[in-house]
Amino acid sequence: MKTTYREAMRAALRDAMKRDERVFLMGEDVGRYGGSFAVSLGLLEEFGPDRIRDTPLSESGFVGAGIGAALGGMRPVVEIMTVNFSLLALDQIINNAATLLHMSGGQFNVPIVIRMTTGAGRQLGAQHSHSLEGWYAHIPGLRILAPATLADARGMLWTALQDPDPVLIFEHGSLYNVAGELDDDAGAVDIDKATLLREGDAITLITYGGTLPLVLEAAEQLDGEGIDADVIDLRTLRPLDAHTIMDSVARTHRAVVVDEGWRSGSISAEIAARICEQAFFDLDAPVERVCSLEVPVPYAKHLEQAALPSVERVMAAARRAVGAGG
Amino acid sequence: MDEFRMPSLGADMEHGKVVEWLVKPGDYVHKGDLVAAVDTDKTVMDIESFQEGVVAEFLVDIGDTVDVGTPIARITATPAEIPPPARIPPPEPEPGTKAPPPVRHLAHTLGVDVGRISGSGPGGEVTRADVERAAAASGTSARAAPAAESDVPVESAAHRVRSSPLARRLAAELGVDLQAIAGTGPGGAVTEEDVLAAVPPRERAPKEEAPSKRAPSERAAEEPAEAPPSEAPVAEPPHKAAEEAPRRGRKDTGSKAETLRQAIGSLMSRSKKEIPHYYLSTTLDLAAAMAWMQGANQQRPVSSRLVPSALLLKATALAAKEVPDMNGFFTKGAFQPSAAVHLGVAVALRHGGLVAPALHDADTLTLDELMDQLRDLVGRARAGRLQRAEMADPTLTVTNLGDLGVESVYGVIYPPQVAMVGFGKVLEQPWAHNGMLGIRHAAIATLSADHRVSDGLRGGRFLARIDELLQKPGEL
Repeated sequence: MKTTYREAMRAALRDAMKRDERVFLMGEDVGRYGGSFAVSLGLLEEFGPDRIRDTPLSESGFVGAGIGAALGGMRPVVEIMTVNFSLLALDQIINNAATLLHMSGGQFNVPIVIRMTTGAGRQLGAQHSHSLEGWYAHIPGLRILAPATLADARGMLWTALQDPDPVLIFEHGSLYNVAGELDDDAGAVDIDKATLLREGDAITLITYGGTLPLVLEAAEQLDGEGIDADVIDLRTLRPLDAHTIMDSVARTHRAVVVDEGWRSGSISAEIAARICEQAFFDLDAPVERVCSLEVPVPYAKHLEQAALPSVERVMAAARRAVGAGG
Repeated sequence: MDEFRMPSLGADMEHGKVVEWLVKPGDYVHKGDLVAAVDTDKTVMDIESFQEGVVAEFLVDIGDTVDVGTPIARITATPAEIPPPARIPPPEPEPGTKAPPPVRHLAHTLGVDVGRISGSGPGGEVTRADVERAAAASGTSARAAPAAESDVPVESAAHRVRSSPLARRLAAELGVDLQAIAGTGPGGAVTEEDVLAAVPPRERAPKEEAPSKRAPSERAAEEPAEAPPSEAPVAEPPHKAAEEAPRRGRKDTGSKAETLRQAIGSLMSRSKKEIPHYYLSTTLDLAAAMAWMQGANQQRPVSSRLVPSALLLKATALAAKEVPDMNGFFTKGAFQPSAAVHLGVAVALRHGGLVAPALHDADTLTLDELMDQLRDLVGRARAGRLQRAEMADPTLTVTNLGDLGVESVYGVIYPPQVAMVGFGKVLEQPWAHNGMLGIRHAAIATLSADHRVSDGLRGGRFLARIDELLQKPGEL
């Protein structure tokens, strides 16, 4: 079946609503407007306003309401337009959703799923373009998903809804239009494991979400230079599947982490540190990182592109790591 | 903790003997400073401190052998923690001199004796400024002094080799001295490749294929009889070669066999430790093969006659092609089968030890080609003229001890290969065949194979296939 990431996401929502009547979607413009990224287009007509709810412009308010609904036995899916705006709901997410299970002595799970877009590349300016999922991955009590493939866009939501604890799903804005083949019977996917999307023996390229396509492209081109790369799609940023990473690094002895977040204190910093902790004696070169330049993401197209990870930068880092110059 | 423990200097090290202390109680050591020389059975190695501090006391005496992990000395964070002298000479700071620990640290770092400085601080306490002044006053002599005392500081400076962690681990496993390797990695760091390139001593001679200008000095290392000392100064790079060649030459020839034995020993013990071997044996019916060979040899001049080994090798190569679980490498946690069959042939060397160079693409060679290449390979192996690829390539090794009258041989797999085939002597044996007892040629073939890759079923099929192939020798 030919489909797009956006349609796969929508199919996942529709599927979840049909399977479990406790599931409902709420957020800004998800109903009449069809979602600011058109993910929920048509769902209002199909499921009605009780289950597709437009909310006021108050992230803290509707995320809090979602947490309350989850505590009350519902299975809310809350959409926040972009990760930048989720900061307004940070208190609800971090101080309530993530902590209630712990603070209630294990009595109250919060089965909420919060979806939001992340990432740059579409000239939306700094306040709509940042990649802050690495921050959320810092927080115990949250599970952080980053679907990068059609199969994951289609399958992660239902698995997330099965999780009794809060799950945040980060959808990279540049992926919505990605089209491709998806199995007709595609369904729920495992969210505990990273996947090895490509096998090579010279270097491990580790990434997730929006940078996956460019990393795969870089891997193809590196192959042409005789550098055969493993490509790992992390899929879940918390908890990290260190096993898959270490297995690969043990074979290739070199790693490049590609992350659209800023380098300092990022998820890529965490991954590099874990490799040093757990696979130190397998390394034959320093772990390389390709991240966004440490500036607010610019609006101007050429500046924006210059600030983001690119195929060229990934290739250069890989060449440095294998000692092939660059 | 302040216990300095016997480190593990290789995967196979279980205990070590302290043969020399390179520090004395009261000395200040930094991370990486050499502390003691330890005999690991394989060789004597210097061990370095993993912590910074003052050597408080030794817990073992020179000559004591202790298990890895046994505390052998105490290294305390500050001199104040040193217990009242029991079996140690008095610590350096003289009684009466007052200096806080950070100042003593600085003094140790700068090589200044705190006891000899008059303090300018309150109550005559020695301050940082006093120490720095004293260090400046003694100038270079202060720095030179400890160096002159012993070689330790000099060596410790040189000991900090830039290397990748993988290279460091490999070097320790393979017993290679990192310091002796020139790094090609970022900033001159030693990489995995550099260590592997430096590893087996037997590769040293064949590495340079062309008989270049360096040949004389290398040959000196190989065959002492041909290289009298007077020849050494003729060697091309004027300083280095002239100084080093004779010295290195003498040392190498003296211990060449021993070094080779050590290298084989450590490789084989690694093999036995890491590879779960299983063993099979079968008796090959060689009646058809020997009859065919004798017939073929009658038509040939002596110089080009076949030997049973050629048939056995060819059959092995063909069988390996068909049972790929025997042919390839187990590296990095996974089996990588090899499309080509490069058959390693174990060759015993005259002065001891053995090498197993490769017959490349043995499955594609005709018996005559195989015979020619086998002769050539054995000759060159014994002359020390093997090429690097021949050493590195074998995908499956065959050892044939039939010449020595051995009836069966169970080999140890040569890592990272996954199997080893052994052939014993070709004997005339009483053999029941079609209900009749007769006398036939037979030999015992054995297989040692890696259980991570295959099992008895595959291994059995492989041996059976060798036997089958030998029943139609004309088609080999």
